[in-house]
Amino acid sequence: MEATHFSLAGALSALEEGLISAVELTEAHLKAIEAVNPQINAFITVTAEAALAAARAADDRRAQGEAGPLNGIPLAIKDLFCTQGVRTTAGSRILGDFVPPYESTVTKNLLRDGAVFLGKANLDEFAMGSSNETSAFGGVQNPWRRRDNQGVALVPGGSSGGSAAAVAARLALGATATDTGGSIRQPAAFCGIVGIKPTYGRCSRWGIVAFASSLDQAGPIARTVEDSAILLRSMAGHDPKDSTSAEREVPDFAAACHRSVKGLRIGVPAEYRLDAMPAEIQALWDQGIAWLKAEGARIVPISLPHTKYALPTYYIVAPAEASSNLARYDGVRFGMRVPGEDLKDLYERTRAAGFGAEVKRRIMIGTYVLSAGYYDAYYVKAQQVRALIRRDFETAFADCDAILTPSTPSAAFASGDKQDDPIAMYLNDVFTVTANLSGLPAMSIPAGLDAQGLPLGLQVIGRGFDEETVFTVGAAIERAAGFSALPQVMA
Amino acid sequence: MSLDAATIRRVANLARLRVEDDEVPRLQAELNGILGWIEQLQAVDTTGVEAMSGGGDAILPLRPDVVTDGGQAEAVLANAPDRAGVFFAVPKVVE
Repeated sequence: MEATHFSLAGALSALEEGLISAVELTEAHLKAIEAVNPQINAFITVTAEAALAAARAADDRRAQGEAGPLNGIPLAIKDLFCTQGVRTTAGSRILGDFVPPYESTVTKNLLRDGAVFLGKANLDEFAMGSSNETSAFGGVQNPWRRRDNQGVALVPGGSSGGSAAAVAARLALGATATDTGGSIRQPAAFCGIVGIKPTYGRCSRWGIVAFASSLDQAGPIARTVEDSAILLRSMAGHDPKDSTSAEREVPDFAAACHRSVKGLRIGVPAEYRLDAMPAEIQALWDQGIAWLKAEGARIVPISLPHTKYALPTYYIVAPAEASSNLARYDGVRFGMRVPGEDLKDLYERTRAAGFGAEVKRRIMIGTYVLSAGYYDAYYVKAQQVRALIRRDFETAFADCDAILTPSTPSAAFASGDKQDDPIAMYLNDVFTVTANLSGLPAMSIPAGLDAQGLPLGLQVIGRGFDEETVFTVGAAIERAAGFSALPQVMA
Repeated sequence: MSLDAATIRRVANLARLRVEDDEVPRLQAELNGILGWIEQLQAVDTTGVEAMSGGGDAILPLRPDVVTDGGQAEAVLANAPDRAGVFFAVPKVVE
């Protein structure tokens, strides 16, 4: 078996049994990156030497009986996580050659458990986008191709497009990602793999370049539900350096993957049935319902009445928080600087040259909705609607244990398709954004292919801090779907 | 509500983003499109609804008021575009 085709759990067993070394596993992935990355551009930075050194150290630890839970596992790290001594760009020109003098808590946790970092994965600039086309380091190609036109490059989704493409193309066994409105789940769905955004507060945000602080949450992308459970357990945990980090025990998420869904109540929200939704998505959703029913779950119709207001709410809250988070990029303390006549001119020229069009658009919207005279009408109103969206879920969870929806309203689209229409781009997140607004855990599982042979995902949303039920339901869907299709571009 | 060119320039100034004259019409069209779409929130009855703040339900914790870090001037300045000694350097602010 090709070393790059192991599941993460399978690689752990192979390492433990001595069938492969961490160095061999890492070398295989570095070779795969060398061969495939020039085409798909999933990595911004590859740290080959450091990866091999980390792999050698992992082999030494295993020989001494000190292997951690991820010992020797090669991962891709979204280039939004600060990595000590390794350039961190957030996909933006404005960070220039920023080299963090510190390590983010999530990546520090992964290193503690023995993981090997292959490099930094491409993303939409500051994680703002649903197609990875806003990266200052170029777009990422989806490893999947349409059956009737293999020549057309498709987007991997965003913002964690590099993470998703790398894992799908077998360039890494797993990846870190972040999700503010769907940035883990939508690219996972587009690339035929698994991604979970845990509950807000489950993973520390410390050392992750901030986009919208009340919505941002880190999570894993991997090829199986169990692999994502193994990764999340290492990533999660309380961190005093993030005041919103939850002081809660981290459960054994992998154990939850082997539980039965028998007797679980699965909510199906009427409001997610969109008029313009492709028939294939509806069919997949119905199929998911049938699978869970066959496994002994009870299907419960539920209502989430404020669903249609979720995206407009998001596009007030997220830009407002982004405009204040991105105020720090001033050309003075780190990142790029464009000289100016005076300090204000320096700020304005630096920010105009350093930020891309989508980031500027969101900073402008955010600045406007927070400005004197408009704050109540926009920002306070949006935070009130957000409270209603959260209340919808609280009411629904009185009658069900998890909620099943499609992950995205379409399969992956072609590069350039939606770039000139911001709102059409924003609609990609119609099914995912509600979990961010309400802070709930949600996972996308590959569940089928469309007529073009492109992957489609189903989403499972759980109660706050009940990722375990999400893993149980996600694993049941994974088993029933038996998704075994492979992308066309692959190591 | 529709943003005019003067408002676009005012918001750009507040955001410290240099906007060239020929960029104003495009920004104006894009922002008005987005704000027009957001306008649908006004249809929601939010009477008496307490605005949600933050993403979780945790109450922000307190920690002891003691120094936990410091003495790292070189690490702090390591990425500075310009420096003078142990300070960040900027163009002259006071004449």
